[in-house]
Amino acid sequence: MKLRSAIYPLASAALTAALLVFGTVPPTVAADTVDPVADAKAFKKFFTDKFPKLKLEDFVNGPYSMNEDLYRQWEEKEQFPPYEFSLEMGKEMFAKPFQNGKSYADCFPNKGIGIRQNYPYFDEKEGKVVTLELALNRCREANGEPPFSYVKDEMAALTAYMAFTSRGKPFDIKIPNDPRALEAYQSGKEYFYTRRGQLNFSCATCHVQSPGERIRAEVLAPALGILNAMPIYRSEWSGMGTTSRRFTTCNSQIRGVPLSPQDDEYRNVEYYLSYVSNGLPISGPGARP
Amino acid sequence: MRNILVASVLLIASATSVFAASSEADFKAAYAAAEAANREAGSLRNQWTVTAAALNAAKKAAETGDFDKAVAASNEAEALAKASIFQVKSEKTLWKDLEIR
Repeated sequence: MKLRSAIYPLASAALTAALLVFGTVPPTVAADTVDPVADAKAFKKFFTDKFPKLKLEDFVNGPYSMNEDLYRQWEEKEQFPPYEFSLEMGKEMFAKPFQNGKSYADCFPNKGIGIRQNYPYFDEKEGKVVTLELALNRCREANGEPPFSYVKDEMAALTAYMAFTSRGKPFDIKIPNDPRALEAYQSGKEYFYTRRGQLNFSCATCHVQSPGERIRAEVLAPALGILNAMPIYRSEWSGMGTTSRRFTTCNSQIRGVPLSPQDDEYRNVEYYLSYVSNGLPISGPGARP
Repeated sequence: MRNILVASVLLIASATSVFAASSEADFKAAYAAAEAANREAGSLRNQWTVTAAALNAAKKAAETGDFDKAVAASNEAEALAKASIFQVKSEKTLWKDLEIR
């Protein structure tokens, strides 16, 4: 009897603790309707509930918003930002005309200035998502220039400059009234939550379930606002990297064979992740450990 | 005594057949099966880097004539490829368990 009376409070305490721990994990009821507005609302709520002290706009600072020491290091780093060389290079490249006399400005609305927050967009003619990186290479090819590698160097420099001209502007990703756009969004969402690679990780495993936690020496960034800082200078890479680089290296880190940059899956997941971060400011180019 | 001899011969024969060295043909069959499974994983957009590494190890071992090692690496590659196929199929519905809603 004494034993039983001792077990009940223990069991009840364990159950309460389990509820507290697992209560932060999203519920597992499946929804079959595609509702991006509700998704974005739930996405923001999940992260703001998880980090109640953090201002919404601070989520774009990734791991620096999760850890006080890192935040202080970042503030110091921002005085001489490691991405500055790339920003300068991008500015020069952007202004330099192609051999046919035209330039990047001729390919984009508002001459390419202050438009980063509108990418990726759904192109109704093509029926697919178009990212900024893809649009830049298409611009080059349309003007007789060879495309750049999607992962670093020139592409990172160009997107760094374009992001810089949009700093502070909130992400404004649209999903047009086109079933193909909704399908692309949904595919991106599915990709984001799907486990892959021998390590059986999804994007969400790190960036939804564990932001603020360490994976080896790194502090994981929250998924909310994660693309607002792209492209980034990563100390781990000793250089700049684009969104394409981030996606492909994430895949290989979990022992999955990465797809080709700008394959439909990556374009769609960028569309999904950018949409659910609508309203958060562009902060790129960024720097990460 | 005769029975013991017969039993010993049979035992030795069965033991040597278990530990018999793999042949090039064994390797080719095991490698082809592994490659086929990995191709299927590729068509499902879910290959694993470790599968490619095991296939490479199998090929290298075969080139040096070590067919035991080559067959073992091929079998490992096939098992990994099949696991990646299982993963992609099961995640068709399981991904929803992680979804924020």
